[in-house]
Amino acid sequence: MTALAISGLHKRYGRHEALRGVDLEVGDGELVGLLGPNGAGKSTLTKIACGLVRPTAGTVDVARPLGYLAELFRFPGWCTADEVLLLHQRLTRSDGGGRERAELLELVRLEDAAATPVDAMSKGMQQRLGLAQAMIGGPRLLLLDEPTSALDPGGRRTVRDLLVELRRRGTAVLLNTHLLSEVELVCDRVVIIDRGAVVASGRPEDLERPRGVEVELASGTRTFDGAARPDVPGIVAGLVADGEEVYGVRVLRSTLEDVYLDTVADVR
Amino acid sequence: MSGMAIVARHALQEALRRRVVLIVAVLTVAFGGLYAWGTAELFQDVSGFQDASSGLDATALAGSTIVGLAMFGALFLGAVIATFLTAGAVRGDAERGLLQPMVVRPLGRTQYLLGRFAAAAGVSAAYVVVVYVTAVVLVGLIGGWWPEHPAGAAIRLAGGAVIVAALALLGSVFLTATANGICIMMAYGAGLLAGLLGAIGDAIPSATLQHIAGVASWALPFEGLYRDALRLLVQDVPGVTGAIVQLGPLGGSHDAGPLLGPWAVVYAVGILALAALAFARRDL
Repeated sequence: MTALAISGLHKRYGRHEALRGVDLEVGDGELVGLLGPNGAGKSTLTKIACGLVRPTAGTVDVARPLGYLAELFRFPGWCTADEVLLLHQRLTRSDGGGRERAELLELVRLEDAAATPVDAMSKGMQQRLGLAQAMIGGPRLLLLDEPTSALDPGGRRTVRDLLVELRRRGTAVLLNTHLLSEVELVCDRVVIIDRGAVVASGRPEDLERPRGVEVELASGTRTFDGAARPDVPGIVAGLVADGEEVYGVRVLRSTLEDVYLDTVADVR
Repeated sequence: MSGMAIVARHALQEALRRRVVLIVAVLTVAFGGLYAWGTAELFQDVSGFQDASSGLDATALAGSTIVGLAMFGALFLGAVIATFLTAGAVRGDAERGLLQPMVVRPLGRTQYLLGRFAAAAGVSAAYVVVVYVTAVVLVGLIGGWWPEHPAGAAIRLAGGAVIVAALALLGSVFLTATANGICIMMAYGAGLLAGLLGAIGDAIPSATLQHIAGVASWALPFEGLYRDALRLLVQDVPGVTGAIVQLGPLGGSHDAGPLLGPWAVVYAVGILALAALAFARRDL
């Protein structure tokens, strides 16, 4: 089952082409990270997926119910956290009642702020309330646009735990973020988009490439660029034959950040 | 509860919690007090004007003039309330990020618009009626003058406020809250100005000025409804007094004919349909 299916998506703003034929799928219960530099078209893609922006061409099939957290959003300052969730329960026709609201507030660690007006909340608290709001009604698909942009390290950890919990519940998530470490830790799949087109996609471990082998010797550390795990026995044998004493060997792999920077640099 | 009702309720809650209703109520009570005082002073001053030979009915002159003033004030304040409640409903709220979390819910954009309209139109129309009825009762109790058709005038004034709410909602799809507010208030002023020109045109008489006022009444029906409400207020005042009060200090009375009411309804529905169409095509 597919929670989100995007095919041949184009979006043009006047003369600027924000999206150029994007194909993307998010399976049920799958957590997909959407990466790309500023202006790549990530937010436009997310907004089209949730119906805020009309595509110029292409098709979007979205599973309902849908939850969405915008990159830039605000809740009415006069509402308390509980009232914000109550409003969205009404809008989604959720029958979860007070129990659902309390559970969601606890999930985003705002259980003590249920009666706090939005105006009195920090930006990070509002962001976490936004996440709780997006989860009202148990959405099948969650579109999160920069959900950690206003969060401190503790808040980011909360979001990471939340994403793990969402996967456990079988909720599909499209996570638009700049935080590669978060994506690397929690996402099943990564899609890198640049200048309105998908430039790489796959599981994080599949995207990573060998970057060489590092060998610790009595004389110091030597790096064999381009070498991979299968080359290790040969390298060690050669060094021993040359009279070197080998104390340790480490296979170097690229991080998602390396992959991302290489991919975006290649395109540019 | 329908999506429209949820949005309307939320908008009304906001007006209550942000103390808009409280502030308006306090200021209106203050206005009512001053109005009652002024009315008492007015009737006391004109009590000596009664002159049977001139045919001037001082009570009718004072009563219809002061109620006409209240009608002008009530519609103006109702228009301000309608504008403030809707000026930022779409573009303003979208730019502040308030709109997006709501419209991605299974809530049609049209339902959102209608909810905002229902709240603004309901509040402003109710306000206009309350202020108008209060003024009529005060004038009746203090000066002993009662208009012949108070309900018809109230309905027309309320209709005027509803049309201003619809126009402000349409403007909110295209303009920022500030620009929209200025635009609607200028349109409102232009409409009333055209009505005053019509009154001058009737007095001179000038066909051109009457034509300008007539066109404005149809293009901006809140103006036509206001002048028609004035007509209902003074149409039964006889003689010289009737001639004077029909010109009116704040726009003359004018009979726009039986089509004005249906036109006002079609106009409001058309404006809302246009707003819904434009909103449906707008990227947020």
